Amino acid sequence: MGGTEGKVSGKVIVDGSSTVEPISKNVEEKIRGKYPELQVLVNKSGTGGGFTKFAAKEIEIATASRPIEQEEIDKGKTGGVEFIELPIAYDGLSVVVPKENTFATSLTLDELKKIWSPDSKLASWKDVRAGFPDVALKLYGPDTQSGTFDYFTEAINGKKGASRKDYEQSADDEVLVRGVSGDKGGLGYFGYAYYEAHKDKLNVVAIDSGKGAIAPSAETIGDGTYSPLSRPLFLYVRKDVADRPDVKTLVEFFLSDEGQASVKDEGYVPLTADEIKLVRERFTKGVTGSMFGGKPAVGVKLKDLLGKLEGAK
Amino acid sequence: MSTLNPLHTTPKTLSNLARRRAVEKAFAFVCLAATCLGLLLLVVLLWGVFQDGIHWVNANFLTNFGSRTATRAGIKAGLYGTIWVIGFTGLLAIPIGIAAAIYLEEMAPKNRLTEFLQTNIANLAGVPSIVYGLLGLAVFVHFLKFGQSVLSGALTMSLLILPTVILTTQEALRAVPSSLREASYGLGATQWQTIRHQVVPAAFSGIITGIILSLSRAIGETAPLITIGAFSSISRVPERLQSEFTVLPILIFNWTTDTKEGFKNVAAATIIVLLGVLLAMNSLAIYLRYRRRTL
Amino acid sequence: MTGAGQTLQSNRRIFQKRYEAAIRIVCLLCALVSVLTTLAIILTLAGQAGRFFSKVSPLAFFTGTDWSPTFSDAKFGVLPLINGTLLITVGSGLFALPLGLLSAIYLSEYASPRARNILKPGLELLAGIPTVVYGYFGVMFVTPLLKKLLPNMGFGEFNAASGAIVVGIMILPLVSSLCEDALSAVPRALREGAYGLGATKAEVALKIVVPAALSGIMAAYILALSRAIGETMAVSLAAGSRPRMTLNPAESIQTMTSYIVQASKGDPPRESAAYGSLFAVALSLFVITLIMNILAAKFVKKYRNVYD
Repeated sequence: MGGTEGKVSGKVIVDGSSTVEPISKNVEEKIRGKYPELQVLVNKSGTGGGFTKFAAKEIEIATASRPIEQEEIDKGKTGGVEFIELPIAYDGLSVVVPKENTFATSLTLDELKKIWSPDSKLASWKDVRAGFPDVALKLYGPDTQSGTFDYFTEAINGKKGASRKDYEQSADDEVLVRGVSGDKGGLGYFGYAYYEAHKDKLNVVAIDSGKGAIAPSAETIGDGTYSPLSRPLFLYVRKDVADRPDVKTLVEFFLSDEGQASVKDEGYVPLTADEIKLVRERFTKGVTGSMFGGKPAVGVKLKDLLGKLEGAK
Repeated sequence: MSTLNPLHTTPKTLSNLARRRAVEKAFAFVCLAATCLGLLLLVVLLWGVFQDGIHWVNANFLTNFGSRTATRAGIKAGLYGTIWVIGFTGLLAIPIGIAAAIYLEEMAPKNRLTEFLQTNIANLAGVPSIVYGLLGLAVFVHFLKFGQSVLSGALTMSLLILPTVILTTQEALRAVPSSLREASYGLGATQWQTIRHQVVPAAFSGIITGIILSLSRAIGETAPLITIGAFSSISRVPERLQSEFTVLPILIFNWTTDTKEGFKNVAAATIIVLLGVLLAMNSLAIYLRYRRRTL
Repeated sequence: MTGAGQTLQSNRRIFQKRYEAAIRIVCLLCALVSVLTTLAIILTLAGQAGRFFSKVSPLAFFTGTDWSPTFSDAKFGVLPLINGTLLITVGSGLFALPLGLLSAIYLSEYASPRARNILKPGLELLAGIPTVVYGYFGVMFVTPLLKKLLPNMGFGEFNAASGAIVVGIMILPLVSSLCEDALSAVPRALREGAYGLGATKAEVALKIVVPAALSGIMAAYILALSRAIGETMAVSLAAGSRPRMTLNPAESIQTMTSYIVQASKGDPPRESAAYGSLFAVALSLFVITLIMNILAAKFVKKYRNVYD
């Protein structure tokens, strides 16, 4: 760990994904005690909102639940902002129903698409699959600034942002938890951590992508069998501030064992020992550019990308 | 005239009378019930909040910052933030408001311009607080580049409560009998001397009441400050006007939406603290007002 | 008085006059701050909304029934938000307006001075409870109660009824207080005349006082409803974030105010239509509450004039 313990001071703003926010908050709480002069402000403007502020140099670290897009990379370039992309965790985007829903234990990708596609007018569970009861379908999901929204629509509907509009939107996943758990016909989606924290109110739906229904768990997310909804979570650090002692200390803390413990605490899946070593190298060497080439991460294996340290620009 | 029936009551009027009396009793009951219903509902709801939160209010609660764990969460950031923001709001709004009220009530000629000023202030008092929030966002945060700071928050809240301060001060000044002013003029005092040494001191408790009521409105306001920019997690108390901040109502809002175990109790506990402060302030205002009436 | 003494006196007078003139100017400037504020509000709202309306047709805005400004195929029909606001406002009015008037009648016609001295401050204390606390009430108490009492209406975790009920409770003290002011302004002579003719209290209240105070009561109603329209936090917490056209109180909706809070939290990029939509909605809200406040003031003037 870098920095003389206790002596680092400064202010770092971490903004972006509401999925990553629990990890950021957990890390912030831990770091409070170690470095009292280091002020970390956490916000959740959404993955999209975070990137906008990042490109405008308003924040030092942007968190994201999907890779940065070409459009966002370009916007940063015009402002002279370069970034270091650091995956810090795996998440299994979870589809949830309330505890009292005992019939929807699994759904196929086609069924999910039927429910969520832009022109879908499905109003009852019985239309989703024959044999389901006639309960009104009440949908909950993130708003359009959310990386989770981007990732889900890309994975399920094939196009980022393509979604039916008549659902209860919130940038606040807690609101979605409350909504789904209180509604008999509720169906929603968000990061695994929010399901983990509320297992008493929610049932998670196993996803069948053709190879049998797989439910998200630490194992299935970590080895990628929970697909296509397994995804990496990211920190994006501005290259021009990466050497500042306060930023450096915070990022190294995120990537440390304690930081990875925070990932686990919050219900996400930490990277493997090899993977985290590669990510730490990425930061120390200050490798810029995105490994995903400005494109979505659905179906891409992180391990292979990390191996190529240079990454695309 | 029959002495047995001096009021000429026929059977019809007697039964009519009985009916009217019954209606009267029923109506009185309905009115009383209506008055009590509202009060009762609120007592029930407040009792619910009290039960949810009272066991969570302790010294740690007041001195801790927020946390991912409900039992460790505290309101220090919000407490200090509220004090900073409302403190500066008062510093700005009170002098300007009182001066404006003095102008309108004591100095202004009775012409169209004054009428326009008066109407404008009354209208501003009715503008929803969220509009002030947007105003603050566009003007203070972005245009003047004060950012998401205590300064932006205080400026926005000052604009919000200024109409109320002006109107309540005017009311207090108006209540001062004109005989007082006339006596002062009669002794050769100038207008300002009269205002400064006679009218304002006489209206003092009314003015203070108005200030307390305006500030307690500001303390409870959430929407404009959320719009200005509240961080979802802040673990510092403000150190300068440019510092980021959060306030108690925003903490309540965040924790109410948090469905994790225990956070609804934390929200309730924060509500208890906030209501406690407001109760103290409003009780003071009401006491001052009713004391003045009986003097 | 000597010559020197006279000059001293007149010097002091001149200084005093200039000093007072300066103070007068300062006070005038302070009063003008309010004008500045109004200008700033109008310029900010109209400016941004104007830019928005150059991209989105006003007709589509005011008549469209699909409000989805942040989607890629964004639609900007504001009617769902107005629907939501109306549902909450009307709902809260149905609760607060009759009850408020009845309790005002009690306070002004029936209550003993001692009872009044306790009840009136009590009501004012309740009026001071912050709106975010009402939001807490709505989510934690009202919604579960509604679900338990009326299970087959299908109340979701967020619903319009919960919002309307807590806003109704919130504006009740306001209605009561303003109505009571209006009723108290009716001259005693009118009441005494009626009592002299043998009327009961109920008859006096309903047939004499209320009609006499009618424009004051109207003003009170309009002001209270205007407050309900501008209410943000309670509905943000309890009523949901789902803009839609519906009259079903069990469903979640979104009001104009809660959209503004939600959208400004997300901090949309400044050139986007979504950012402009914020101000277009705020402008609509501002105009609506302004019209209502002006109407209310007209009513107040009317009833003041009748009895002065």
